[in-house]
Amino acid sequence: MKTELVMNKLSLKLLAGEVPEDFEGVYAGDFLSRAMSRVSEGDLWITIMNNINVIAVASLADAAAVILAEGVTMDKATLDAADAKGVTVFTCDSTVYEICRDIASVLS
Amino acid sequence: MADNITFHFDVHGDNFSSAGEASQLVKKKLRQLGFTPDVIRRVSIAMYEGEINMVIHADGGAADVTVTDEDIIIVLADRGPGIPDVELAMQEGYSTAREHIRSLGFGAGMGLPNMKKYTDTMTIDTEIGVGTTITMTVKHKA
Ligand SMILES: Nc1ncnc2c1ncn2[C@@H]1O[C@H](COP(=O)(O)OP(=O)(O)OP(=O)(O)O)[C@@H](O)[C@H]1O
Ligand SMILES: [Mg+2]
Repeated sequence: MKTELVMNKLSLKLLAGEVPEDFEGVYAGDFLSRAMSRVSEGDLWITIMNNINVIAVASLADAAAVILAEGVTMDKATLDAADAKGVTVFTCDSTVYEICRDIASVLS
Repeated sequence: MADNITFHFDVHGDNFSSAGEASQLVKKKLRQLGFTPDVIRRVSIAMYEGEINMVIHADGGAADVTVTDEDIIIVLADRGPGIPDVELAMQEGYSTAREHIRSLGFGAGMGLPNMKKYTDTMTIDTEIGVGTTITMTVKHKA
Protein backbone atom coordinates (compact mmCIF):
# COMPACT_ATOMS: atom_id res chain seq x y z
CA MET A 1 0.00 0.00 0.00
CA LYS A 2 2.55 2.54 1.19
CA THR A 3 4.99 1.41 -1.48
CA GLU A 4 2.38 1.88 -4.20
CA LEU A 5 1.84 5.49 -3.14
CA VAL A 6 5.57 6.13 -3.29
CA MET A 7 5.85 4.33 -6.62
CA ASN A 8 3.16 6.52 -8.16
CA LYS A 9 4.42 9.76 -6.67
CA LEU A 10 7.98 9.17 -7.90
CA SER A 11 7.23 7.13 -11.03
CA LEU A 12 9.53 4.40 -9.75
CA LYS A 13 10.53 1.82 -12.31
CA LEU A 14 10.99 -1.76 -11.09
CA LEU A 15 14.32 -3.27 -12.22
CA ALA A 16 14.45 -6.45 -10.11
CA GLY A 17 12.51 -8.37 -7.50
CA GLU A 18 8.94 -7.86 -6.42
CA VAL A 19 7.13 -4.75 -5.22
CA PRO A 20 6.99 -4.93 -1.41
CA GLU A 21 3.60 -4.25 0.17
CA ASP A 22 5.00 -1.90 2.73
CA PHE A 23 8.21 -0.50 4.16
CA GLU A 24 9.43 0.58 7.57
CA GLY A 25 12.01 3.37 7.51
CA VAL A 26 14.14 5.07 4.90
CA TYR A 27 17.93 5.43 4.66
CA ALA A 28 19.80 7.47 2.06
CA GLY A 29 23.55 7.08 1.61
CA ASP A 30 26.24 5.51 -0.53
CA PHE A 31 28.88 4.12 1.84
CA LEU A 32 28.24 0.40 2.18
CA SER A 33 29.38 -0.05 5.75
CA ARG A 34 27.26 2.89 6.87
CA ALA A 35 24.25 1.48 5.04
CA MET A 36 24.97 -1.96 6.52
CA SER A 37 24.41 -0.70 10.05
CA ARG A 38 21.70 1.88 9.28
CA VAL A 39 19.36 -0.05 7.00
CA SER A 40 17.09 -2.20 9.13
CA GLU A 41 14.73 -4.94 8.06
CA GLY A 42 11.98 -3.61 5.80
CA ASP A 43 13.60 -0.24 5.08
CA LEU A 44 13.96 1.53 1.78
CA TRP A 45 17.57 2.34 0.85
CA ILE A 46 18.16 5.23 -1.52
CA THR A 47 21.58 5.34 -3.21
CA ILE A 48 23.39 6.13 -6.43
CA MET A 49 25.75 3.15 -5.99
CA ASN A 50 24.94 0.40 -8.44
CA ASN A 51 27.48 -2.42 -8.11
CA ILE A 52 26.93 -5.97 -6.88
CA ASN A 53 27.93 -5.07 -3.31
CA VAL A 54 24.76 -2.99 -3.01
CA ILE A 55 22.78 -6.19 -3.58
CA ALA A 56 24.81 -8.05 -0.94
CA VAL A 57 24.19 -5.32 1.65
CA ALA A 58 20.49 -4.98 0.79
CA SER A 59 20.12 -8.74 1.10
CA LEU A 60 21.99 -8.98 4.40
CA ALA A 61 20.08 -6.03 5.85
CA ASP A 62 16.73 -7.35 4.59
CA ALA A 63 15.93 -4.02 2.96
CA ALA A 64 12.42 -3.75 1.51
CA ALA A 65 13.93 -2.24 -1.63
CA VAL A 66 16.83 -0.30 -3.09
CA ILE A 67 15.89 2.91 -4.91
CA LEU A 68 18.53 4.11 -7.37
CA ALA A 69 18.41 7.88 -7.78
CA GLU A 70 19.12 10.17 -10.74
CA GLY A 71 18.19 7.52 -13.30
CA VAL A 72 21.03 5.21 -12.29
CA THR A 73 20.54 1.59 -13.34
CA MET A 74 22.40 -1.71 -12.83
CA ASP A 75 23.90 -4.08 -15.35
CA LYS A 76 22.13 -7.31 -16.14
CA ALA A 77 24.38 -9.57 -14.05
CA THR A 78 23.76 -7.38 -11.00
CA LEU A 79 20.00 -7.36 -11.57
CA ASP A 80 20.04 -11.13 -12.04
CA ALA A 81 21.81 -11.44 -8.69
CA ALA A 82 19.16 -9.20 -7.14
CA ASP A 83 16.39 -11.41 -8.55
CA ALA A 84 18.15 -14.53 -7.30
CA LYS A 85 18.50 -13.09 -3.78
CA GLY A 86 15.01 -11.63 -3.70
CA VAL A 87 16.27 -8.06 -3.54
CA THR A 88 13.92 -5.45 -4.99
CA VAL A 89 15.52 -2.65 -7.04
CA PHE A 90 13.80 0.45 -8.39
CA THR A 91 15.19 3.32 -10.39
CA CYS A 92 13.94 6.86 -10.43
CA ASP A 93 14.95 10.05 -12.27
CA SER A 94 14.72 12.23 -9.16
CA THR A 95 17.64 13.21 -6.95
CA VAL A 96 18.16 11.71 -3.50
CA TYR A 97 16.77 14.90 -1.98
CA GLU A 98 13.65 14.84 -4.15
CA ILE A 99 13.05 11.17 -3.38
CA CYS A 100 13.29 11.76 0.38
CA ARG A 101 11.06 14.81 0.15
CA ASP A 102 8.41 12.97 -1.84
CA ILE A 103 8.44 9.93 0.44
CA ALA A 104 8.01 12.25 3.41
CA SER A 105 5.08 13.98 1.73
CA VAL A 106 3.42 10.65 0.95
CA LEU A 107 3.82 9.54 4.56
CA SER A 108 2.41 12.72 6.09
CA MET B 1 24.28 -30.76 25.29
CA ALA B 2 24.04 -30.57 21.53
CA ASP B 3 27.09 -30.80 19.29
CA ASN B 4 28.47 -27.56 17.95
CA ILE B 5 27.63 -26.66 14.36
CA THR B 6 30.49 -25.36 12.22
CA PHE B 7 30.77 -23.71 8.83
CA HIS B 8 33.96 -23.09 6.86
CA PHE B 9 34.41 -20.77 3.89
CA ASP B 10 37.36 -19.83 1.73
CA VAL B 11 37.07 -16.14 0.93
CA HIS B 12 38.75 -15.22 -2.34
CA GLY B 13 40.51 -11.91 -2.64
CA ASP B 14 40.27 -11.42 -6.35
CA ASN B 15 36.57 -11.44 -6.86
CA PHE B 16 34.42 -8.53 -5.74
CA SER B 17 31.35 -10.01 -7.32
CA SER B 18 31.28 -12.86 -4.83
CA ALA B 19 32.16 -10.64 -1.89
CA GLY B 20 29.69 -11.13 0.92
CA GLU B 21 28.77 -14.61 -0.24
CA ALA B 22 29.96 -16.37 2.93
CA SER B 23 28.01 -13.90 5.10
CA GLN B 24 24.90 -14.48 3.06
CA LEU B 25 25.23 -18.25 3.39
CA VAL B 26 25.74 -18.01 7.14
CA LYS B 27 22.71 -15.77 7.42
CA LYS B 28 20.61 -18.35 5.59
CA LYS B 29 21.85 -21.15 7.88
CA LEU B 30 21.16 -19.13 11.03
CA ARG B 31 17.66 -18.46 9.79
CA GLN B 32 17.10 -22.16 9.22
CA LEU B 33 18.39 -22.80 12.74
CA GLY B 34 15.73 -20.44 14.05
CA PHE B 35 17.81 -17.65 15.56
CA THR B 36 16.12 -14.31 16.32
CA PRO B 37 16.26 -11.49 13.75
CA ASP B 38 18.45 -9.48 16.13
CA VAL B 39 21.07 -12.22 16.47
CA ILE B 40 21.03 -12.85 12.72
CA ARG B 41 21.41 -9.15 12.01
CA ARG B 42 24.36 -8.75 14.35
CA VAL B 43 26.17 -11.78 12.96
CA SER B 44 25.43 -10.67 9.38
CA ILE B 45 26.85 -7.18 9.90
CA ALA B 46 29.96 -8.34 11.75
CA MET B 47 30.74 -11.16 9.39
CA TYR B 48 30.08 -9.11 6.25
CA GLU B 49 32.42 -6.35 7.36
CA GLY B 50 35.14 -8.85 8.26
CA GLU B 51 34.69 -10.80 5.06
CA ILE B 52 34.89 -7.66 2.92
CA ASN B 53 37.97 -6.47 4.80
CA MET B 54 39.73 -9.74 3.96
CA VAL B 55 38.83 -9.23 0.30
CA ILE B 56 39.83 -5.59 -0.06
CA HIS B 57 42.70 -5.35 2.43
CA ALA B 58 44.20 -8.86 2.64
CA ASP B 59 43.61 -10.61 -0.69
CA GLY B 60 41.23 -13.09 0.87
CA GLY B 61 41.32 -15.53 3.77
CA ALA B 62 39.22 -18.07 5.61
CA ALA B 63 36.03 -17.69 7.61
CA ASP B 64 34.97 -20.19 10.28
CA VAL B 65 31.69 -19.93 12.11
CA THR B 66 30.86 -22.08 15.12
CA VAL B 67 27.45 -22.22 16.74
CA THR B 68 27.59 -23.35 20.36
CA ASP B 69 24.86 -23.58 22.99
CA GLU B 70 25.59 -20.05 24.03
CA ASP B 71 27.21 -18.08 21.24
CA ILE B 72 28.01 -17.79 17.59
CA ILE B 73 31.77 -17.56 17.14
CA ILE B 74 33.17 -16.01 13.96
CA VAL B 75 36.87 -16.43 13.15
CA LEU B 76 38.28 -14.57 10.14
CA ALA B 77 41.89 -15.39 9.32
CA ASP B 78 44.01 -13.96 6.53
CA ARG B 79 47.62 -13.89 5.41
CA GLY B 80 47.44 -10.26 4.37
CA PRO B 81 49.72 -7.35 5.28
CA GLY B 82 48.58 -7.10 8.91
CA ILE B 83 47.31 -3.96 10.63
CA PRO B 84 50.15 -1.64 11.76
CA ASP B 85 48.10 0.36 14.28
CA VAL B 86 45.01 -1.44 15.52
CA GLU B 87 43.83 1.43 17.69
CA LEU B 88 43.93 3.76 14.70
CA ALA B 89 42.23 1.20 12.44
CA MET B 90 39.40 0.87 14.99
CA GLN B 91 38.59 4.57 14.80
CA GLU B 92 35.45 5.53 12.92
CA GLY B 93 36.35 7.06 9.58
CA TYR B 94 39.90 5.69 9.36
CA SER B 95 40.51 3.92 6.07
CA THR B 96 43.42 3.12 3.79
CA ALA B 97 41.11 2.02 0.95
CA ARG B 98 42.30 3.16 -2.47
CA GLU B 99 40.26 5.24 -4.85
CA HIS B 100 39.00 2.38 -7.03
CA ILE B 101 37.77 0.58 -3.90
CA ARG B 102 36.11 3.72 -2.60
CA SER B 103 34.31 4.19 -5.89
CA LEU B 104 32.50 0.92 -5.14
CA GLY B 105 31.20 2.29 -1.84
CA PHE B 106 33.84 0.93 0.51
CA GLY B 107 36.21 3.03 2.58
CA ALA B 108 33.94 4.79 5.06
CA GLY B 109 36.18 3.45 7.80
CA MET B 110 33.17 1.95 9.56
CA GLY B 111 33.78 -1.76 9.11
CA LEU B 112 35.87 -2.49 12.20
CA PRO B 113 33.78 -0.13 14.39
CA ASN B 114 30.64 -1.96 13.21
CA MET B 115 32.19 -5.32 14.03
CA LYS B 116 32.96 -4.10 17.54
CA LYS B 117 29.55 -2.51 17.99
CA TYR B 118 27.43 -5.47 16.92
CA THR B 119 29.32 -8.26 18.70
CA ASP B 120 29.74 -9.13 22.36
CA THR B 121 33.48 -9.76 22.14
CA MET B 122 36.07 -9.03 19.49
CA THR B 123 39.80 -9.66 19.48
CA ILE B 124 42.30 -8.78 16.78
CA ASP B 125 45.54 -10.73 16.40
CA THR B 126 47.71 -9.17 13.77
CA GLU B 127 51.33 -9.24 12.70
CA ILE B 128 52.90 -7.14 9.97
CA GLY B 129 53.65 -9.22 6.92
CA VAL B 130 52.10 -12.34 8.44
CA GLY B 131 48.38 -11.73 8.64
CA THR B 132 45.36 -10.92 10.75
CA THR B 133 42.94 -13.10 12.69
CA ILE B 134 39.79 -11.54 14.06
CA THR B 135 37.63 -13.49 16.50
CA MET B 136 34.13 -12.29 17.34
CA THR B 137 31.33 -13.74 19.42
CA VAL B 138 27.63 -12.98 19.45
CA LYS B 139 25.71 -14.40 22.40
CA HIS B 140 22.37 -15.89 21.46
CA LYS B 141 21.14 -16.88 24.90
CA ALA B 142 19.25 -14.17 26.74
N1 LIG C 1 42.07 -7.91 7.38
C1 LIG C 1 42.77 -6.77 7.30
N2 LIG C 1 44.06 -6.80 6.88
C2 LIG C 1 44.80 -5.66 6.79
N3 LIG C 1 44.31 -4.44 7.09
C3 LIG C 1 43.03 -4.34 7.49
C4 LIG C 1 42.20 -5.50 7.61
N4 LIG C 1 40.99 -5.09 8.08
C5 LIG C 1 41.05 -3.76 8.21
N5 LIG C 1 42.27 -3.29 7.88
C6 LIG C 1 42.75 -1.89 7.96
O1 LIG C 1 41.93 -1.17 8.85
C7 LIG C 1 41.32 -0.05 8.19
C8 LIG C 1 39.93 0.20 8.76
O2 LIG C 1 39.08 -0.91 8.44
P1 LIG C 1 37.51 -0.65 8.35
O3 LIG C 1 36.86 -1.91 7.96
O4 LIG C 1 37.05 0.00 9.60
O5 LIG C 1 37.38 0.44 7.18
P2 LIG C 1 37.51 0.24 5.61
O6 LIG C 1 37.49 -1.21 5.27
O7 LIG C 1 38.68 1.00 5.13
O8 LIG C 1 36.17 0.93 5.09
P3 LIG C 1 34.67 0.36 5.24
O9 LIG C 1 34.74 -0.88 6.07
O10 LIG C 1 33.89 1.43 5.91
O11 LIG C 1 34.22 0.10 3.84
C9 LIG C 1 41.34 -0.41 6.72
O12 LIG C 1 41.28 0.71 5.87
C10 LIG C 1 42.69 -1.15 6.62
O13 LIG C 1 43.76 -0.24 6.58
MG1 LIG D 1 36.01 -2.44 6.03
